[in-house]
Amino acid sequence: MEFVGIMLQIFDATIRVSVPLLLACLAGLYSERAGVFDIGLEGKMLAGAFAGASAAAVTGSAWMGLGAAVVTAVFFALVHGFASITHRGNQIVSGVAINFIAAGSTIILGQAWFRQGGRTPSLSGDARFGAITLPGADAVRDVPVLGPVYSELISGHSLLVYVAFLMVPFTWWVLFRTRFGLRLRAVGENPAAVDTAGISVTWLRYRAVIFTGVLTGMAGAYLSIAQNAGFVKDMTAGKGFIALAALIFAKWKPVPAMFACLLFGFLEAASIRFQGLPWPVIGKVPVQLINALPFILTVILLAGFIGKAIPPRAGGVPYVKER
Amino acid sequence: MSVPYAKLPGWADYGLIPIINLLVAFLVAGVVVLLVGENPLSAAVILIDGAFGSGQNIAYTLYYATNFIFTGLAVAVAFHAGLFNIGGEGQAYIAGLGVALVCLTFDSVLPWWLTFPLAIAASAAVGALWALIPAYLQAKRGSHIVITTIMFNFIAASAMVYLLVDVLKPAGSMAPQTRDFFDGAQLPKMGWLLESLGLAVRSAPLNISFLLALLMAFAVWVLIWRTKLGYEMRTFGFSPKAARYAGVSESRIIIIAMMISGGLAGMMALNPIMGDQHRVALDFVAGAGFVGIAVALMGRSHPAGIVPAAILFGVLYQGGAELAFEMPNISRDMIVIIQGLVILFAGALEHMFRAPIQAVFASFSPRSVGVAAPKGEGA
Repeated sequence: MEFVGIMLQIFDATIRVSVPLLLACLAGLYSERAGVFDIGLEGKMLAGAFAGASAAAVTGSAWMGLGAAVVTAVFFALVHGFASITHRGNQIVSGVAINFIAAGSTIILGQAWFRQGGRTPSLSGDARFGAITLPGADAVRDVPVLGPVYSELISGHSLLVYVAFLMVPFTWWVLFRTRFGLRLRAVGENPAAVDTAGISVTWLRYRAVIFTGVLTGMAGAYLSIAQNAGFVKDMTAGKGFIALAALIFAKWKPVPAMFACLLFGFLEAASIRFQGLPWPVIGKVPVQLINALPFILTVILLAGFIGKAIPPRAGGVPYVKER
Repeated sequence: MSVPYAKLPGWADYGLIPIINLLVAFLVAGVVVLLVGENPLSAAVILIDGAFGSGQNIAYTLYYATNFIFTGLAVAVAFHAGLFNIGGEGQAYIAGLGVALVCLTFDSVLPWWLTFPLAIAASAAVGALWALIPAYLQAKRGSHIVITTIMFNFIAASAMVYLLVDVLKPAGSMAPQTRDFFDGAQLPKMGWLLESLGLAVRSAPLNISFLLALLMAFAVWVLIWRTKLGYEMRTFGFSPKAARYAGVSESRIIIIAMMISGGLAGMMALNPIMGDQHRVALDFVAGAGFVGIAVALMGRSHPAGIVPAAILFGVLYQGGAELAFEMPNISRDMIVIIQGLVILFAGALEHMFRAPIQAVFASFSPRSVGVAAPKGEGA
C-alpha cells in the first residue's frame, strides 16, 4: 500500500511538471506544422510567465494575469512571424533572438518594477489559480485503488492543468478534422499548392504563430501563477527546449506529444523524488544524467535509431510567392 | 518586390546596412532603458566611459572581446558551409574539460609556454569532438544540426556539472570547481601593451589568448577565402546542389566545417580558464557561445567584421558592468536584451531595411542596382 502511495505521489508530480511542457509542445506543434520552426518557445514562455505574474500581482486577479501572459506571448510570436513570414528571415535566428530578448527584459523590468532581485511579489488567494476539487472526489476517497487515483491524481489540480490536457484532443480535432487544420498541415508541407488553391500562405502561417503565442502564454502563466506563486528569473530553465524535444519525439503529432511530455515529466518527477537514492536494478544514477535524458533520447531518435522523425517538409523555409 | 536581392555597392552591403541594423537595435534598447526610468543617453555615456575610460577598462573590454572572437569565428565558419552551429556554448563548456586535464596534469611540471600549446590542442580537440557527433548525425543520418546542437548544449552542461561536482572537485572542498592551477598553467597578462601607451592596467585579465584569437581570425580568413577547402565550403553553403554536381563530398564538408567550428568554440575556454580564473568553475562560458551568433551576424561572417563586432560586444559587457554600478535599475542583463535585439535586427530582419535602401539607391542611379529597372521602382 505504501508503494501505491509513493507511485501516486510521483504520478501526481508528473502531471504537474508535464503541463508546461505539454502546453509549449502543442504550441510548437501549430507553428511547425505550418512550416515555421520555432526555437523561441522558451522565450515566449518566460515572457508569458513574467507578464502573468506581474499582472496578477498588480491586479490581484489570476485571470488578468493569464490575459497578460497570453497577450505578451502573442506579441513575441508576432515578432517571430514578422521576421520569418513577412521578411523571410532565418527562423532559427529569429527564435534565438526572442529567447535572449525575453531572458534579459524579464529580469530588467522585474527589477525595475518590483525591486526584489528579478522576482515578482509573491501571489496568494485570487491572484493564483487554485486547486479544483472535481465532483465526488471526497466521496470516493475511501474506495480502494480507484478512489485515491480519482481524488488525488485526477482531482485537485488547477484549471490550466485540465485545459492543457483538453487541448490535446482539441488540437487533434483542429488539425485532422477541420478545413483550417488541413490547410495548416498543407502549408507546412507544400505552401505553393496551398497558394495555388487561392489561400493566403502568409495569413495561415500568421494564424499558426498566434496559436503558438496563446499556448506558450498559457504555459508561462501556469508556471508563475498556478504551479508557483510568482515569477523568479529564468524560471522556464530549458522547459521550452524540452518541449521542443518532446515535439520531435512525438513526430509532430498531438496525442504522442502528450505521452512524450508525460514521459519527460515523469523523468523529472522521479529524479526529484529519488534524488541521491539508488534506482532499482541500475543502482545509483547521477541526477544530471536524468536531467539530460530527454535531450539524449531526442538525439537518438533524431538519428533514426528508434523510429524516424520526419519534420514538416516546408519547415524552416520562407515562402516566396514569385520572383 | 519582384527583384528582392538586387545588388548594392559593397560599402552599403557591408557597412551601411549593418550600421542601420545596429542603430535600430540600440534605439529599441534605449526604449527599454526609458521603460525602467533611466535616461538612455546618460546610460550610453556611462557605458562608453566604462568600456574605454581607463587602461584597466580597455583591458577588460579586450578580455571579453577575446571570448567573442573565438565563438564568433566558430559560428561564421559553420555559416559559410550553410550550417547553423548553435552549440558553441556547449562546445566551449565541454572543452573546459580538455583544458582542465592538461592544466591539472602539467601545471607543476612544465612552464606555461609548453602547457599552452598542449591546452590549445586539447581544447580544440574536445570542442571539435563535441561538434563531430551532431555533424556526423547530420551528414549520415539526416538529423537537423540546429536541434542536435541545442540538445548537445544541455547534455554538455549536465556532463560538466556532474564532472565538477563529483569528479574534478578536490576532496574536502565544497565549491564545485577544480583546484587552482599552479604557475605552469597561468597565461601571461598583456597589460604591458597598454601600459606602454601610458595607461594603468592593474589586474585586468587581458592575456595572450587575445593574440591567439587574432591569429585564428587570420587563419579563418585564409581558410575560407584562400584554400580549396574553404572554396568548397562556401560552394556547399551557397548551393549544396551545385557543390554535389562539382564533386564535393557533402558529408566531408559538413563534418570538417563543424569540427573546425567546434574547435574554435573550444579554444574560447582557454581565455577565462588559463587567462583569468586559473581553475575550471561552473558556467565559465557565461553565454559567450550565444554571443558568438550575434557577433557572426554583425560581422557578416567575415573575420574583418567579426573582430570589430566582438570588440563591440566586449564594450557592452565591460561597459554594462560599470552601468550596473551607476544605474541600479539596469543590471548586466541589459546586455542580453541588446544581444537579442542585434540578433533580431542584424540577423532575422536583415532584409527589412534592404528593400527601402535599394529603392533609395535606385532612385539616385538605377544602374547601381544592377537591374534595368524603370525609374522609381528600383527594388
